[in-house]
Amino acid sequence: MTNNRAISSRKIESEALKQLEDISGVNVYACYQCGNCSSACPAVEFMDIPPHQVIRKVQLGFIDELIESETPWICAACITCTVKCPRGVDIAKVMEGLRQIVLRRDFEHINIREIDKKLREKLPQIALIGNFRKTIL
Amino acid sequence: MKRIGVFVCHCGINIAETVDIEAVVKDLKDYPGVAYVQDYKYMCSDPGQNMIKEKIKSEKLDGIVIAACSPTLHENTFRMTVKTVDMNPYNCEIANIREQCSWVHKDKNEATPKAKLIIKSVVEKALLDEELEPVKVPVVRKALVLGGGIAGIQAALSIANSGHEVILVERQSSIGGRMAQLSETFPTLDCSQCILTPKMVDVAQHEKIRLMTYSELEDISGFVGNFKVRIRQKTKYIDWDKCTGCGLCIEKCPKKVPSEFDQELGKRKAVYTPFPQAVPNKPVIDHENCTYFKTGKCKLCKMVCPFDAVDFDETDKFVEEEVGAIVVATGYDVYPVLNMDEYGSGKLPDVIDGLTFERILSSSGPTGGEVRRPSDGKVPKEIVFIKCVGSRDPENHFPYCSKICCMYTTKHAMLYKHRVHDGQPYIFYMDVRAGGKGYEEFYQRAQEEDNVIFLRGKVSKVYQDDDKVVVCGIDTLSGSNIEIRADMVVLAMAIRPSKGVEELAQLLKTAIDQNGFLTEAHPKLRPVESLSAGIYLAGCAQAPKDIPDTVAQASAAASMVSNLFAQEYLLHEPIITGVDEDLCSGCGLCITVCPYDARTLNREKSIVDVNEILCEACGACAAACPSGAAQQRNFTDKQLSNMIKAILI
Repeated sequence: MTNNRAISSRKIESEALKQLEDISGVNVYACYQCGNCSSACPAVEFMDIPPHQVIRKVQLGFIDELIESETPWICAACITCTVKCPRGVDIAKVMEGLRQIVLRRDFEHINIREIDKKLREKLPQIALIGNFRKTIL
Repeated sequence: MKRIGVFVCHCGINIAETVDIEAVVKDLKDYPGVAYVQDYKYMCSDPGQNMIKEKIKSEKLDGIVIAACSPTLHENTFRMTVKTVDMNPYNCEIANIREQCSWVHKDKNEATPKAKLIIKSVVEKALLDEELEPVKVPVVRKALVLGGGIAGIQAALSIANSGHEVILVERQSSIGGRMAQLSETFPTLDCSQCILTPKMVDVAQHEKIRLMTYSELEDISGFVGNFKVRIRQKTKYIDWDKCTGCGLCIEKCPKKVPSEFDQELGKRKAVYTPFPQAVPNKPVIDHENCTYFKTGKCKLCKMVCPFDAVDFDETDKFVEEEVGAIVVATGYDVYPVLNMDEYGSGKLPDVIDGLTFERILSSSGPTGGEVRRPSDGKVPKEIVFIKCVGSRDPENHFPYCSKICCMYTTKHAMLYKHRVHDGQPYIFYMDVRAGGKGYEEFYQRAQEEDNVIFLRGKVSKVYQDDDKVVVCGIDTLSGSNIEIRADMVVLAMAIRPSKGVEELAQLLKTAIDQNGFLTEAHPKLRPVESLSAGIYLAGCAQAPKDIPDTVAQASAAASMVSNLFAQEYLLHEPIITGVDEDLCSGCGLCITVCPYDARTLNREKSIVDVNEILCEACGACAAACPSGAAQQRNFTDKQLSNMIKAILI
C-alpha cells in the first residue's frame, strides 16, 4: 500500500519531531533500516506498524501517522529492540517518546466519570489506565 | 623411431573414478612408439615429478606424454620438470583426460576407451615434435603513457622513478584530468587540487618524463618491447618554447566562450589555459572560437605578447618514437543528462550532473565554492540528489554500476550541508555501496551527523514548477510515494569510457567490452594487462573506479612495465607458423588472413617472410595456405593428420 506524501524540510523540522527528539534524546537518523529491531520484537505480530517502520516514519517526519498508530501502546518496553540495534538507536525510548506525545496532548479514549462508580472501584488501576489512554482494541 | 614415455595421472579420484587406469596402461604399452607407461596418483606432486625425471633418464626417453588435466593448468609445470633432465620442454605434451574425458562422463565404459584414444593421438603428436627454442626479442626500455589524469600521472611517475624514460601524452593542453575538476575527495574530504597539483608539478619536473600535452596517438606498429608510435602534436598557435605563461594574451583576448573545465558554468577566453594551476601553464588558441580565425581581424594576443610567441601559421607536428610498453589511462566521460527524458533531458537549468556540482562546490569554481544554482544564482534550500542515473539500467541505458556515485553523492550532500547550514539534502538511492576503507563510516556520518535524508527508491519524474524543481519518487522503506519541491537536483550520471576509446582500442589491437571499457586479460589474476602483450591498463578506461583504486591500478601497471623492462630480452613462444621456402609460391593469401601483421611479401624471393615475434600462432595462415608451405611448428599438417588417424582408425 502506498500513498502520496510530500516531504520537505518544514516537515522534517516539525514541532512534533523536535518534541520527540527532546523527550527521547535519540538521533533517529543513525538508523539505516536493517530491520533487526522488528525481527527481534516479541510483540511485532500485534503491531500495526513494525518498529523499524516507526523509526523510518520518524526520520521522514510522518509523526501524525504514528500518533494514530497502536504500536507504541502494544510495545511492552522490553528494550529487546534497543539491545539488538547495531547503530545504537534506542528504539524503546522513541516508543516512550511517542507515548508521551500522545499523553501530553491530553486526550482520553474513555471518560472516567462515565464509568459506573461501583465498577470503577472494582477495576484494577492498571486496567483503568490502559483503557483510559490506550486505544481500545 | 622416438622412444615416448606415457605417464597417466589418477588425479586422486578425479580421473580414476571414471577411467579404468589399469586398462589404459595395459593398452598403451603395445602402442607403436611407446617405450614406457606408468600411472601415479598425483603426477603433479613432487614424487610424481621426480618419477618422471628418473624414468626419462633410465628409460632413455626422447619425449613424454602426460595424461592428466588441462594443459592450461600444468603444461608449464611438466615442461619445467623435463627441462631439469635436459629434455627439450617442447617434447613434453599433455593429453587432457580430465576436463575433456573423466569429468564429462559418468560411465567408465565410455570414458576408458575415449581416454585411450586421446592419449594415442597425443603420442602421435609427440612422435613428430621438434626441439624448439624460445625466440629472443630485445626490449626498448621506454614507456608511453596515454592520458594525463591521475592514472596516467601515477603510472608515469612510478615508471620514471624506476629509472625508465616515459613519454606522457595528454590530449588537453594541461595534465590533471577529471581529478583536477573535483572539489574535495571522499572519505577524508581533502581538497582534490591540493593533493593533485604537487604530482602534476613532479611530472613536469621529472628528468625521465617527456610531457606531450595537446597531443594524441596517431599510429602504432610493432609489438611488445618494440612499438613504434607516431604522436600528433595539435596546433597550439603559441610557441611554447618562447611562451613564459605570463597570461597577457589571455587577459587581452576579447572573445569569451563557455569553459569546458567548469562544465560550461563559467567562461574562458579563446586563448586559454583550462585552469589556473595548469601544467604546463601555457595557453593554446582555440581555432574554432578565435576572432582572428573567424573574421581575419583581431590579433590582439599577438600584439601584446612580449615574447612574440603567438604564431597563427603553426600547423600540426608529428613525432615518432620507439617504446617498449604502453599504459592506457584515458579515463572517463560523464553520460550526458540530455539522455534522461524523465529528468528534463538537460533542459532544466537547475538539474545538473555530479561533475557540474563538483565545480559549484570547488573553491576555484565559477561560484567560488558557494552553492548557488545555475538558473538564478539563489542558494538552494532543498536539494535532491539522485543516484544510479543511467547506471544499473540494462533496459534503457547501461547495465553496470558506476561504482563511485554512492560515495561522491554522499560527499556532495555532506559538503552542501557544511556550506548551507539551514539547507536540507535528500538522496534517492537503490542501494548504498560503501565498500572501501573508511567509506561506510563516511556514509554513516552523513546520515547521523549531517542529517542527510536517504530515500530508498528511484525517481520517476523531475519537472519544473515556477522556480521549483518537483521530484516525484518513492521511499520503499516506508512504502510512501514521495514528492519534494526542490530548488535544485543533482544527478549521479553513469560513467562512460572517454570519447575516442573505441578508435584507440582498434589502433592498439586490444579489446573493449560490451560497455565500451577496455578489457583486461583476466578479471581477477591479470587485471592491469590488456589482451595485447606490452599494453597495460589503468584507471577508468578499464572500468569505473575511484581515486584510491585508480592510483593502485596505475601503480600496478607501472610495476608490470618495470617487470618487462627488467628483462634482458623477451622470450617469445617458439610455436609459430613458419614458411617452407621451397613450397611457398608467394601468393600472399596468408598475409591477408593474418590478424597480427606478422607476414609480409618478400618480392625479391617471391615468398612470404614471417616476423616470428609478431606471430601468435593462431594458425589462420596454415589453414589458408594452398601449398602447405605455412606449417605451424609442432602442429604440422602431418602431425594433425596422424593425430586424427589415431582417433578414427
